[in-house]
Formats: sequence, C-alpha cells, structure tokens
Amino acid sequence: MELQIADSLLIQNYINGDERALETLIKRHNQRLSSFIYSKVNDREITEDIFQDTFIKVIRTLKKGKYNEEGKFLPWVMRIAHNLIIDHFRKNRRMPYFEASNTFDIFSVVHDEKLNIEKQIIKDQIDEDLVLLIEELPVDQRDVLVMRMYKDMSFKEISENTGVSINTALGRMRYALINLRKIIDEHNIVLTN
Amino acid sequence: MGKFYVEKKKKYEKVMAKPETIDFLLNYSKSLKINDIKGVKFESNMN
Repeated sequence: MELQIADSLLIQNYINGDERALETLIKRHNQRLSSFIYSKVNDREITEDIFQDTFIKVIRTLKKGKYNEEGKFLPWVMRIAHNLIIDHFRKNRRMPYFEASNTFDIFSVVHDEKLNIEKQIIKDQIDEDLVLLIEELPVDQRDVLVMRMYKDMSFKEISENTGVSINTALGRMRYALINLRKIIDEHNIVLTN
Repeated sequence: MGKFYVEKKKKYEKVMAKPETIDFLLNYSKSLKINDIKGVKFESNMN
C-alpha cells in the first residue's frame, strides 16, 4: 500500500526548497480543482487559464512565506480559484454587448429567468456554507431541519420517522432556525445573494 | 424557502489541466525568487 504524504508536509518541503513537492501537490489536486473551475466556466481554455492563475497565486504566497496554515490546503486553493472565477465574469461583463435599436428590443420579449453565473456561484457558496452551519446544530434539531428542508417531508412524516409528536417536531424546527440565526450572528457570517 | 435548498447539485465533469500548464507552473516556480531586503519582499524571475 502506497502511503500518501500529507499536504501540510509537502507545503513545508516546498517552502524549504523542494520543488518536487509542488509537482506532487499540483498533480494531486489537478482533477478536483480543474473540474471545479470547469463546472463554473464551462470552457476548457478558460479553465486552463484560471487553473494556471490560481497556482501562480499559490506559488507566490508560499514562496513569500505568507501562507497561513489555519485551514486545509485544498479549500484554500479552491477559494483562490473561486475568487478568480468571479473576477473572470466581472471582467467579461464589461465586454461590448449587443444594444437594441430604438425600434425593437429583443430583450422585451426574450427573458432568461435563470440566475446569472455570478449569482449562481454565490448561491452555490451559500448552499455549501449552510450545510456546514447545519452540521453545528444539535442532532435532534438537525434531523428535523434536514427532513423538512432537504427531504421535503411534512411534519406528520417527520413525527412518524423520529417517534416524537408533531408539536415536538415543530418545536425542534423552530429551535433549529433560532440556533442557525444565532450561529450566523455570533460569527458575523453573511449569507446573502 | 425549502425548495430553494433542495435543488440537486449538478454533477461535476472530470477535467484535468494539461501537462503543458503543469510544466509552466513548475518552471515558473523554479524561476521565481523572493528577496527579503530589510523586511520588504521583492520578487524576481530568473527566466
């Protein structure tokens, strides 16, 4: 069985001058990071560019000794990529675009109700953050919230599944929401779109 | 609001950066030097 060297050790080795450690890190996370970027931009060339820019930032940060290893390496790299994706879409929004003539505006009849890509990315991020916040709730409250919001179960079904009364299930849901708000307030978390 | 959060996540398509991109990054890393002069860090590229 092949033992995998931890990311933190590879980073330390890289900072100490071992360039091969960087190669291992890039290859280890290549697919995950590339797929993440591609899922947002849907273009291979742009994915390649953002992947490259992400690791240029990683390299510069590590070489300057500015890497703060409070979190894990991959989430940090994903966050850099996420910011670059947003930059990419912001930059593209400033590109020339079609302007309707005075006589007919195509956008008066064509309407796209989907979220634009920037809002979609923000929404995905909120969804991910919310899942982490829900993990912090007490188990009984978390179960009710997950059954109600994610599994779309009625309070009657929740009560049958958990073996408590409907009123108790309702109470747990109420406290789950109160506690979620409390966690959000205490940590100054901004969940907005 | 419940429905807002129950949308299925789209499946990620597996994509990999090209070997040329990785080579570029490795060469960039090798050529990048950071000089610390009186606490100020300067980047220089040896390419």
